[in-house]
Amino acid sequence: MSFAANIPLFSIVLCLLASAVSALLRARAAAWVTRVLTALVAFGSVLVLLMGIKNGAAVTYQMGHFPAPWGNELRFGILEPLVSGIFAVVLLSCVVGGNKELQRDIEPAKQNLYFVMVDLILATLLALLYTNDLFTGYVFIEICTIASCGILMIRRLGRTTLAAVRYMIFSLIGSGMFMLGIIFLYSLTGHLLMPNLKSAVAALWASGESHTPLMMAMCLITLGLCIKSGLFPFHFWMPDTYGYSTPCSAGILSGLVSKGYIFLLIRIIRCVFGVEVFYASGIQTVLYVLGIAGMIVGSISAIRENEVFRMIAFSSAAQIGYIYMGLGLSPALGTVAAIFHILTHAITKPALFLSASRLVEVSGGRKRFKALQGAAHRDPMAGTAFAVGSLSMIGLPLTMGFIAKYLFAFAAFRENRLLLPTLLALAISTVLNTFYFARTLIRVYNTRGVTPVPPVRLRAQPGFAFAAILLMAENIACGVLAQPLIEMLTKGLSILE
Amino acid sequence: MKKQTKPKLSERLRTWDAGSFDLTEAIDPDPPVPVTEYDLRAEDLPPLARLGDRQVRGFRRIYPWLAAILAAVLVTILLSAVLDLPPYGAAENPPHNEVMERYVARGLAETGAVNTVSGVILDYRAFDTLGESHVLYTAATAVLVLLLSASGGRDEPPSVRRIMEGDPILRNTARVVVPIVLLFGVYVILNGHLGPGGGFAGGAILGGGLILYVIAFGFEPMEKLISGRVYRRGITAALCFYSGAKCYSFFCGANHLETIFQNGTPGAILSAGLILPLNIAVGLIVALTMYGFYSMFQRGRI
Repeated sequence: MSFAANIPLFSIVLCLLASAVSALLRARAAAWVTRVLTALVAFGSVLVLLMGIKNGAAVTYQMGHFPAPWGNELRFGILEPLVSGIFAVVLLSCVVGGNKELQRDIEPAKQNLYFVMVDLILATLLALLYTNDLFTGYVFIEICTIASCGILMIRRLGRTTLAAVRYMIFSLIGSGMFMLGIIFLYSLTGHLLMPNLKSAVAALWASGESHTPLMMAMCLITLGLCIKSGLFPFHFWMPDTYGYSTPCSAGILSGLVSKGYIFLLIRIIRCVFGVEVFYASGIQTVLYVLGIAGMIVGSISAIRENEVFRMIAFSSAAQIGYIYMGLGLSPALGTVAAIFHILTHAITKPALFLSASRLVEVSGGRKRFKALQGAAHRDPMAGTAFAVGSLSMIGLPLTMGFIAKYLFAFAAFRENRLLLPTLLALAISTVLNTFYFARTLIRVYNTRGVTPVPPVRLRAQPGFAFAAILLMAENIACGVLAQPLIEMLTKGLSILE
Repeated sequence: MKKQTKPKLSERLRTWDAGSFDLTEAIDPDPPVPVTEYDLRAEDLPPLARLGDRQVRGFRRIYPWLAAILAAVLVTILLSAVLDLPPYGAAENPPHNEVMERYVARGLAETGAVNTVSGVILDYRAFDTLGESHVLYTAATAVLVLLLSASGGRDEPPSVRRIMEGDPILRNTARVVVPIVLLFGVYVILNGHLGPGGGFAGGAILGGGLILYVIAFGFEPMEKLISGRVYRRGITAALCFYSGAKCYSFFCGANHLETIFQNGTPGAILSAGLILPLNIAVGLIVALTMYGFYSMFQRGRI
């Protein structure tokens, strides 16, 4: 076994160690620990990715002295290290770019605890990506839920506390359903390891016995993860959660945490239920319909919003809808499009939250659109980042958003399933997206009726500039050089099963 | 910047939430951003709170019924699914497969632990348990985030004083019971690989003993043993030891290397490889977390 195969284990343990040590450190040191950690994890992921591409097959990594059904196991091919690397880079940009706001929003005595939580979230994201065992997935979902509430409620505002309570209730309902689903599956099959579960589920489905509990298990697990990631009828926790937390938390929660759950769902569909069983059960149709409903309802809610953070948050609900639409569309190309959109949204949304918070900051701390008139001229860097993010969410060429929408349409054409509703939903949702993002862009670039002030220099905000440039570069690089990325995703998805 | 006062709004809020949580009070007294921006506005409130009082009352009347109907439907669906599951405890149930067989038949030989449960959670499936102990750590940190008061808890309001403190019955009972409880906790932790028990159970007993002591005698004497610094260092040390030791053992296992930890003679106190030290680490984490929760909820610091 090559040394790179040990890296996922080392990354997870390193995150756990960093979180434990950060509790003793001062805020500054803890922040640096998190930065170095995310950089190391990203670097390690690249090594694992190179190994995966070279092998062209998935590696299973035995955790301890006992082989898989008895012990735990990690599993990684191409997709997992690719996603984990991008997640780590996005997390790095969030903590660096949102640092100024962190110091404003969080009491000094608690700032190191924030980084404890962030390290734990990175550990759980890695574990959710790499685990080959359903129960391990649940354990780390628990950590992720609590840590997400932690980075949310650490900001002491009435609305944030209320949002944290609501987020926690939704999230716990989701965890509970996921747990119930695992219990059903375990009593039906007697396994927790994904490959064993898959063969047992396939046999059970073919035999037709215990059909109701099996359907129940699939529904509960899917529904639990849908609630946790904020699919349409369950997206009501989103606007307050993302709108009133500190921008760094908003970026992490919207860009990474909800995506971790969706990625786990994709893993479960592939490696536990099996594509044939899942796409014969009818659940995918529900996901497809709810996804489209989310795309449209989320966008309409975003249009009706009159402050910038909540608008971006509702736009998240719409983007989650895209991802689920892709999942429901088809197991092959549709899922590739969904994963590409996961990456698009993970890179774009934190950039939008961070830059919007800078725009708000230079507009006297006011978040209403009226106050943001001409804000991009007061902070050109934030304006650029916001513009690139908005264009990516609208789906203009050269950005990732364009490729994602192209892939959704391509999947519908190529597999000739649900062609009309998919294209129609894409068209309507794109028009709605354009409406609210273009409106905001015009607002922040229009200087009419605003007295000019000297713009904020790049040098005055090195952290934000670093994060904005990193995220923009990533966005445009992945948008321009999309073909190799799509090939990697397709190959990764094919060796996922 | 005009500060708008909305008495009507807070009135509505109170109707909405029965006064259990007044949002307007929770707003930071000295916010770095203008208060008006973060103040609650009518359109910010959940749709329920935006309704007039009469409508809210009307909604509240149907709400329990709607909830009950929804719950009944869900219960019916779940029960119908449960009825289709294999019967409880039957010998041919799917969970009685090769996994369980090996745990029972070869657990003692492979892990050295007489207590199979300890063998499973700390050796076979140790990665899950590593996650579980971090769940506790995350919860403890979240409570710290939520309750750590800005003043460090020094200006305790008199209302928080323990009413039971100084009660003679409690004190004399505690004097007898606490040492036994603590000793029993230590026994359960150290005996985890030999019999029923282990770090989670023993840690909970230890934590309970510490809390009982604090209820009877107050926090001051306890601070000599567990100050905030000891608490933080203890948890960090235990977690680091746990992660480090397990990382070593996972690494060796995955690469098929021998570890330096031997299983020893089953039944001896120093046996079962890493299970005993891991039990001690887990016990420490659980005990400190439980004591920390109590202390945080009581006085806002540890």
